[in-house]
Amino acid sequence: MSVYLDHAATTPMLPEAVSAFTEALVRTGNPSSLHTSGRAARRTVEEARERLAAALGARPSEVVLTAGGTEADNLAVKGLFWARRAQEPARRRILVSAVEHHAVLDPAFWMAEHAGAEIVLLPVDSDGVLRVDALAAELEAHGDAAALLSVMWANNEVGALQPLAEVVALARRHGVPVHADAVQAVGQAPVDFAASGLDALTVSGHKVGGPMGVGALLARRGLDLTPVLHGGGQERGVRSGTLDTPSAAAFAVAVETAVGALPTTAPRIAALRDRLIAEVRRVVPDAVLRGPADPALRLPANAHFTFPGCEGDSLLYLLDSAGVECSTGSACQAGVPQPSHVLLAMGAGEDEARGALRFTLGHTSTPADVEALVAVLPGAVERAHAAGLSGRQRAGAR
Amino acid sequence: MRVLAALSGGVDSAVAAARAVDAGHEVVGVHMALSRSRAQLRTGSRGCCSIEDAGDARRAADVLGIPYYVWDLSERFEDTVIADFLAEYSAGRTPNPCVRCNEHIKFEALMDKALALGFDAVCTGHYARVERPGGPDGAPELHRAREAAKDQSYVLAVMGPDRLARSMFPLGDVASKDEVRAEAAARGLSVSAKPDSYDICFVADGDTQGFLRERLGTRPGDVVDTTGAVVGAHEGAYAYTVGQRKGLALGRPAADGKPRYVLSIEPVSNTVVVGSSEDLRVGGIRGEAAVWLAPPADDAWFACAVQVRAHGEAVTAQARATGDEIEVRLDPAAPTLHGVAPGQSLVLYDGTRVLAQATVRATSPAARP
Repeated sequence: MSVYLDHAATTPMLPEAVSAFTEALVRTGNPSSLHTSGRAARRTVEEARERLAAALGARPSEVVLTAGGTEADNLAVKGLFWARRAQEPARRRILVSAVEHHAVLDPAFWMAEHAGAEIVLLPVDSDGVLRVDALAAELEAHGDAAALLSVMWANNEVGALQPLAEVVALARRHGVPVHADAVQAVGQAPVDFAASGLDALTVSGHKVGGPMGVGALLARRGLDLTPVLHGGGQERGVRSGTLDTPSAAAFAVAVETAVGALPTTAPRIAALRDRLIAEVRRVVPDAVLRGPADPALRLPANAHFTFPGCEGDSLLYLLDSAGVECSTGSACQAGVPQPSHVLLAMGAGEDEARGALRFTLGHTSTPADVEALVAVLPGAVERAHAAGLSGRQRAGAR
Repeated sequence: MRVLAALSGGVDSAVAAARAVDAGHEVVGVHMALSRSRAQLRTGSRGCCSIEDAGDARRAADVLGIPYYVWDLSERFEDTVIADFLAEYSAGRTPNPCVRCNEHIKFEALMDKALALGFDAVCTGHYARVERPGGPDGAPELHRAREAAKDQSYVLAVMGPDRLARSMFPLGDVASKDEVRAEAAARGLSVSAKPDSYDICFVADGDTQGFLRERLGTRPGDVVDTTGAVVGAHEGAYAYTVGQRKGLALGRPAADGKPRYVLSIEPVSNTVVVGSSEDLRVGGIRGEAAVWLAPPADDAWFACAVQVRAHGEAVTAQARATGDEIEVRLDPAAPTLHGVAPGQSLVLYDGTRVLAQATVRATSPAARP
């Protein structure tokens, strides 16, 4: 039985969500149909919408169901850009933090290539936290040219919580809509859409114990959002496509459960994470913790290290073969491990960034998981160190 | 044993890995990423670098139930294989990048990392046999594959005995490529019908000339005959290979009216020398940077067969070791070699066994009959 320390990639489905999913799965009915079966399905979806809204501090009409976090991020970036520029053609700048997930970065770059947008990558400090002063300067200089601003609630790799209150206050002064990818934050930190002042927020099902392939964009009432998917006009015409009843039901149950349990799970997970960090540092003294050192400034489930002289994918292999599953934390381009753009933005060198390993906890994590990691980590680090940055050494030798 | 199976995404490496699994080894699949450019990853249709190949390799690992990793060796590949390719062509030589890839990437970068991580051997889908006449722990010998048409011992000969000892080629004994395809199909490997790759993996569309022109630029110079008379012009000597007849675009016919061939490329004067077919016949070869799999006892001449091209014939010859070079005298009675270029790989065989490998430094013409 392997030890699972990669909950930020996906976390086991909650039993309550599995029940809701399977119950809905066996019932026929398109929520858009007008007959009895359709109405029953519609009721399931709308109840799910209400539960999601209640758990996240939103109105039901503000919940746009999508097929996952990536789709919600695409809708936010593209939809906000097109809508805002249609109102004011001078607004062409897309402001994103340099540590956004690819689901935000790539649509932003795509818009620059294909839709006349200009990208502004906002810098972060060495902890991975957005430099609010840089944002203020950008808005001061070009605020009237900004179409949208997207800053994640918490970083998926190093767990840094972002200063969204300050971000929202600054953006509001310049009339710039703000989107936040909160895929990693929901279930780990209190997320209240109304209180946040955000215009749009992304949430994903499978990161909180729901099924894969479902998520939502919370879009403030009255927010102008140009559709990306066109078709049957579902979701107020913003997101066409037959509504996924079982997924919506299970997603709502998962979010409700995770958010409801937050007051007890967050401290428990944070304590376990603190122990994991302390133990890793004890057994591998040269491991470098990345992200904020203050536990209160990072997601409770996140621990992220770089191991000098090691390659992350060597460590990943060695730990996997020893029964411990974790992640290098960075996105794979075509399966090719790339140095993390998050670590590079934080000022790490390429070699340092290659030695990254992310451990993330979740609702099934136990102290035994941490012990199992600590038992095998030193051997893995020693071996990975010997293998070195192997592909990069002895270049030119002949 | 813990075995690292290099998975290119093709049918051979997939079946090789499957056979290693069947033999009871603990097998992990690794696909080598050799190109860093996302564009090339997405559009490359052939060879080792395309995104399709990475996906096929992953799928093969899934079917075999083995772990799968991608190792990024692109920087090392650029610094060794591609840099060598360009430098050799710049110097008027004709490199074999597959030999350099085996030397620097598969059986050095990949193998070194594998051994450091605790693997005992690297398994590939090459067609060659490793024999150990002295028993399982005896010194390994490299032999030609049973399927002569697919034999790849020529491009593997560059590795020394230590690396050979850590290599595993499960396809060395197959009767034909069809057998491999049938086995892949029977195992449910979706790559069973995938076409073979022939081109140089890092050259898109097989356009080597275009690749060289793009990377090396235009370098105009003269085409001269063996007397030194200018008979034409070229845009870059790297576009010519010793033995080449077509595409010389020489305005003036030769005095004897016979076709002319590229005899040599002179990098210093940037000239391409042309002459008759007779001038191309090789009598002797000197190879440098010799690697011996069967080290000779002394520097005496010995009989062997010599091969200078991946799919060329081996011809009978005498050879001897001189320092870290190999000296070859071709048998005047045997079929001759035509147009051997510096940079080509020279491999000595004794029957099916590989004795040594070197890189051609110079050739001498055959005596006129």
